[in-house]
Formats: sequence, structure tokens, C-alpha cells
Amino acid sequence: MSAERTFEYIGTRPIRHDGLDKVTGRANYGADFTLPGMLHGHVLRSPHAHARIVSIDTSAAEATPGVKAVITGKDIPKTNAKLSLGEAAMELGPMGDNALAHDKALYEGHAVAAVAATSPEIAREAAEKIVVVYEVLKPVMTVDQALAPGATILHDDLVTKGKPLADAPKHTNVALRMELKRGDLEAGFAAADLIVERTFTTPMVHQGYIEPHACVARYGEDGQVLVWTTTQGHFIVRDASAGILGIDAAKVKVVPSEIGGGFGGKIPVYLEPLAIVLSRKAHRPVKMVMSRDDVFRASGPTSGTKVRMKIGAKKDGTLVAASASLYYEAGAYPGSPAGAGAMCVIAPYTIPNFMIEAYDIVVNRPKVAAYRAPGSPAAMFATESVIDEIAQKLGMDPIDLRLKNAAQEGDSAPYGPKYGPIGLKQVLEATKAHPHWKAPLGPNQGRGVACGFWFNAGLNSTATVSLSADGSATVVTGNPDIGGTRVAQAMMVSEELGIPVERVRPTVADTDSIGYNDLTGGSRVCYATGMAVIKAAQDARDQLCARAAKIWDVDPSCVAWERGRAIPLNGASDKEPLTVSALAAKMTATGGPIVGRGAVSAPMAGPGFATNICDIEVDKETGVSRVVRYTAIQDVGKAVHPSYVEGQMQGGAVQGIGWALNEEYIYDEAGHLENAGFLDYRMPVASDLPMIDTVLIEVANPLHPYGVRGVGEVPIVPPLAAVANAMAGATGVRFTDLPLSPPRVLKALSGA
Amino acid sequence: MATIYFSAALTDFTGGIESLTVDVPRVRELMQAVTERFPDLADPIEIMAIAVDGEVYQEPDYLKLGENSEIHFVPRIAGG
Repeated sequence: MSAERTFEYIGTRPIRHDGLDKVTGRANYGADFTLPGMLHGHVLRSPHAHARIVSIDTSAAEATPGVKAVITGKDIPKTNAKLSLGEAAMELGPMGDNALAHDKALYEGHAVAAVAATSPEIAREAAEKIVVVYEVLKPVMTVDQALAPGATILHDDLVTKGKPLADAPKHTNVALRMELKRGDLEAGFAAADLIVERTFTTPMVHQGYIEPHACVARYGEDGQVLVWTTTQGHFIVRDASAGILGIDAAKVKVVPSEIGGGFGGKIPVYLEPLAIVLSRKAHRPVKMVMSRDDVFRASGPTSGTKVRMKIGAKKDGTLVAASASLYYEAGAYPGSPAGAGAMCVIAPYTIPNFMIEAYDIVVNRPKVAAYRAPGSPAAMFATESVIDEIAQKLGMDPIDLRLKNAAQEGDSAPYGPKYGPIGLKQVLEATKAHPHWKAPLGPNQGRGVACGFWFNAGLNSTATVSLSADGSATVVTGNPDIGGTRVAQAMMVSEELGIPVERVRPTVADTDSIGYNDLTGGSRVCYATGMAVIKAAQDARDQLCARAAKIWDVDPSCVAWERGRAIPLNGASDKEPLTVSALAAKMTATGGPIVGRGAVSAPMAGPGFATNICDIEVDKETGVSRVVRYTAIQDVGKAVHPSYVEGQMQGGAVQGIGWALNEEYIYDEAGHLENAGFLDYRMPVASDLPMIDTVLIEVANPLHPYGVRGVGEVPIVPPLAAVANAMAGATGVRFTDLPLSPPRVLKALSGA
Repeated sequence: MATIYFSAALTDFTGGIESLTVDVPRVRELMQAVTERFPDLADPIEIMAIAVDGEVYQEPDYLKLGENSEIHFVPRIAGG
């Protein structure tokens, strides 16, 4: 990477190409697509949190006029197939069983049958005629219930992977136990002057994307399948749907729509396999759209957690030992982000002695999906609350305490490898220097600060850059644009070729029209797909230089590229430079179309660190709290388009504030979700919050040509503890259970 | 010579050995050496990412190793 490189386009703030369509409502999202003869699908969902399916009688539904197909779990093959999707191996068997239950309903809302009919109303009415006989079982709703002796077991064949405890029971709800350790824990705590140990809980929360899941599938008589869907990864939809249904992936084409938010929740498939099978049975296209109720009950929330955290410190603030136990709800099938939580939980600090254990635990709730830095927010809520308490008890500034122990380049991460260049110290110093940190507080107000850590993925990406005869260009990739990645990619082409951003058209192509791309997730697109784009643009640039050599009739070594022009070097110095437009106009005469290609398998981008400062004001009579000032500071590597980096930081902060203050899945004792809608599941809206101030720190990532590192996930990590620490300052009460909703705060303040 | 460091989760499969030094040119040969020495490791590390000198890769089979490369097996990370 060229640290001294100056940029013409990178770091500017052009208008995004998809902006007008989105602000005018013209953009096409998942539910906007229709086809002639299209049917409408409806899913029948289990009313029980845990029940064996004894029988399903679909005859009345099938006899309903307008009904063209009815399916049950018998129509979805059971499979042991796995899909290597870069970030983690996906077990397609559980994914198919989650899409449509085979033997047991494992949570309230679990799909048990689906109907395709000529209208949504007929499909819904017919679904209600399906008779399902259940043997209702005792639900397991919390990690404590799941771990209790004699607990009801969700999966008879589940065995604990990883490093199970020696006395672990044979029949279990623990899918995985992992450990990380270093040094001598006992000696570390013995050397500590102060030890703080607390147990924290966070509730299951939903990603809360505005757009519900939606798709249209058409199964042709020739076996060719077309799917239009809203997703974070259409190649995943293709491969997962094909794998679940036993179809050759080459027969499945997936076209991504615009996406109205995902945050990790639009990585799994839910509706697509059902729509494909219904279409195959009905011989007509089938559209399926989740209601908001369906989204809450049956699509990916993130884990509720319980984290025991113990940290020992010397009087001077040096952290000497830490132990942590992380218990994460996986939902109905294995796969919580407990392992990631364990890797994150003390990642910002150099602590010589530690022992961390993490448990992935199945419960009768919807199978969790990724949610922005999955696993890290709950883990860091525990750590950053304890760090804050240690600072308070030692009488130290909480930022100074963090600076004293902050990890830096060359330190070993708790999960093994040494850190490359990271920006934690710079972020902390910027936090300390920010006017917000020293600003006076008003009555009933408190201030909290907290750090966050996330890895940032790499993975596979493909891009092409094509020139038009007028000198404009197109850049094609295969990543749905969630956070402004199209304009960032166009800016990279502009930087490499010297074409204005508005003359570069960025496009997200379907699975047939671009090489493989891993998902839009893991904060990877601007970094990894960006590298593919830069490679493709450089490939096109090299071809332009070759065309200039041809025009000048000189050796290609006599041509260089500078500020959007081919310039002559020694041996061709009598030639006038040629612009992109001039060269593009001669494409036909000089060898035909110019198409640059780039493909990468990128290593992980290198971690991102952030801190947040939160001021909160509490009404001590009602327990209602209000965030009155908020500042997010983050090492972003290099901000390609600062507005969208700031947007990621602000959006992550808002989601984290919601998690801290109000959001939670509320179940009754039988395992029924009681707040499956935005009226009862309280997410923050614009009027709830102040402007989220942002500070961008740029510590270049040496793995990227411009220094880019991921920015999309770490913003959600600090808010949980930043809010809780502010609440501790405002009330004098150290809260360990989220959310800090008015009833909980009032109860604590009244001493009840 | 590359040195492989085994995490606490993997030392169950190495008889408690926490590191191993091997003289191999690439990750592919390193994996062969490791699984020949510790056959029970083959399954758990198959689904792990590999950190080579601090950079984490999904499948770096043909990556050349430096004279003092440090290798760690780390869980693959899901992102949102």
C-alpha cells in the first residue's frame, strides 16, 4: 500500500448512483417483483414452541378453489450437505428443516406447511384449513433452562462439539463448548489488587430491517429455476437452495433486488426453497412475502446471552487476569456466535493471563442469524462494564485505564495471531481529546464510554470494468448494495482510470452475469470487492496503455498511465497524451472491447476498533431515559466515501442504543412471543435520538491498496456498555441486565 | 521453519503439545505435516481459518511460508 498516495476521488462525497431511485420510492425491492400467472404463497406456522408433528392433513386446503399447491416437510429433502460459504460452513440440513419442519416444531412460528394459491387471501385461508396434530413438548426458553439437570432435550442426536467438559452429560442442549486461555490464571488473579466479577445478560433482539423477506421463484418445465429475492448474498441463495433441494446449482439463477436492510439477517434462506418447490408443484411462478409478524417470529434474531466476567487489576490500572464464561442462545439449531464472542471479549486489551469459555446452546426460539459483529456486542457489554467499574474503584479516568492496557501492533490477540497495524490507541486518544469528553453534564445526566472490536472479513469477490466508446465505464460486481458500496466501487474505478464518478455506472449483477461473490456481510464489500474492482480497473488501464502503444506504434514499455491519460515515455516523447475517451473511441480499431477483470480471495481485513461516548438523562420518577449527546469514534482504515462510513457508524450506534435501552423478545411461559411487531418491540426512531457525532480515524490497512478496512459492524459493539456506563453515572446503579427499559430502571432506583 | 501454535481447544488433539516447528515451504505441506503428526487434528482444523503471520485466510493452501512464519488455527468468523 502506498501510504503517501494522494487521491483525487477517494475521500470525496459524490451522490450515490442509486440515491434518487431510493429516495423517490422507485427502487425495486423484494416484494416489488411480479410475473404473469404468478401465485401467492403462504406459510402455516407452529403455534407451539416445542412440539412433535404427529400428522398433517392438507386435503381441505388442497380442495380449496384457487389453491394450486400445498407442501409440507416431506417435500423438502433431508440432507447432510454443507456449504462452505467463506465465513463459516453452513449446515444445509438444519437450514432446510428451519425453512419447513420435518418432525418437530422447534419454536413458535416454525414453518410446518405452505400453500400457493391465486391470491394471498386464498392462500392464507387454505393454510388455516390444514390440520396439524401436535404432541406438545415442554419448551426450553433460556440457557439456564437448557443447562439445568434433566432439561428437555431439543435434538436427540446433538453432541457437544469442541471441548466439552469432562463431566458433560451425553444428552445435551450444548452444541459447542470452546476455550481460549493463556498464562497462569490463578497467579494472575493472585497478583491483582482489585477483582471485579459480575454476570451480565442481554436479551434476544432482532436486526429490525425495514424490508421483510420476500421472493419470487419460477421452476421451469426444463428444470431451470429463476429466483428474484432480497438477500445479502444471492450466490448463497443459489447454492443453499440448490443444496437443500438437491438441484444442480447451475440450474438456478438468482437475481437480487434492492435490499431494505439486512445486518446479517438476510444471509440464510427461509422462503426461497419453499417458493421453488411450490412453483415446481404448481407449474407457475410463486411469490412469497413475510409479514412483520413472520419476520419477528421466524427469521434471524441474535442470541440472548449470559456472560460471567471477572477481571483483575493492579492499583496502577494494569489488567493482569481475566476469566469469562459466555452462554449464547443459538435458537432452534446450533450456530450462535458464542465462539466469536469469546474471541472478541478481551480483544482490545493485553491481559497476560486469561481463560475464556463459550457455550453454544439450543433453545426453543427462532434460529439466530448473524447480526452486525455477531457475538461481540454482548461480550463487550460485559467487559466494558467491568472495565468501567474497575476505573471507578481505582479512581482512574476510564479512557486512561483503557489506554494503559490497549492492544497495539505486535501484541498477540487472545485468539492467537499477532495484530498488524491497528488503531485502538489512536481512537482512544481521539476520544479523550474530543470536546464531548470534557463537556459539563446537566442534572440527572451521566456519561459513559466504551470500546468495541470486530474482525472484518475478506473472502471471495469478482468484478469487471468495461469501457464504452464514449469513454464512460461500467463496473459490475455481485454484492447487493446495502450501505453505499456501489458508489464506493465507482469511485475506485474513477481513481484508477481518471473518469469522473458520474461517468461510471456501478451494477449489481445476478448469479449468471458475474463470477462468484461471497455475501455482503462481515464488513467485507468495500474492502474485498473493492480490491477486485481496483484490480479490474487496473486491468482495463493496462489494456488502455496497450492500445495507446498500438496507436503510437511504440513498444508498450514506452507508455505510462497518469491522471486519466496514457502518456508517452522515452522513445515516444513526440506523442500527445491520450485520454480515456480518446482511447475508448478507437477500441474497435485497436483490438475490440476493453473489459478489465478482477477476482480476489482476500484475507481478513484486520480488526476495527471503536469507542463511543454517551450522555444519558434519566427521569428518576418514571425511569425513562433519553440519550442527549452521542459521539462515535472509529478506526476506519481509509474512508472511501466518508458520508457512508459515517452512516455506518451512526446506524450501528442507533441499533446498539436500541439494544441497550428498549429492545427485547418477550415470551410467555409457554414460549409464545408477545411483542412481534414494531409497536411493542421498541426500536429507536429519529425523534428519539440526538445527532450522532462521528470522528473518523484512518490507520491504513496494509492489505488494501488504499488502506481500507471494514467499517460496517464494529459500530454496534460499544453502545451497549457506553449506554449502561452512562446510566451508572446518572443513577449510581450498575446495571447488568439489558434492556435498561423504564420499568427496570425504576425498579432499581426504588430499590425494589 | 514455521511454528504452529495450538490453541487450548486443539491441544486435546495434540497430546497437550502447544506448538510445533516444521520445515515446509507452503501451508499445504504444513497441513500435511501437522495431520500426519496429529491425525485427530484433521477434522477440527478442516473447518478453521488459518492465520499466517497475523493475516487470516480461509484456504491459504498454496501460500509460501517465511523463514520464521507463525501459524495459528482460528475459528472461522461469521459477520453480519
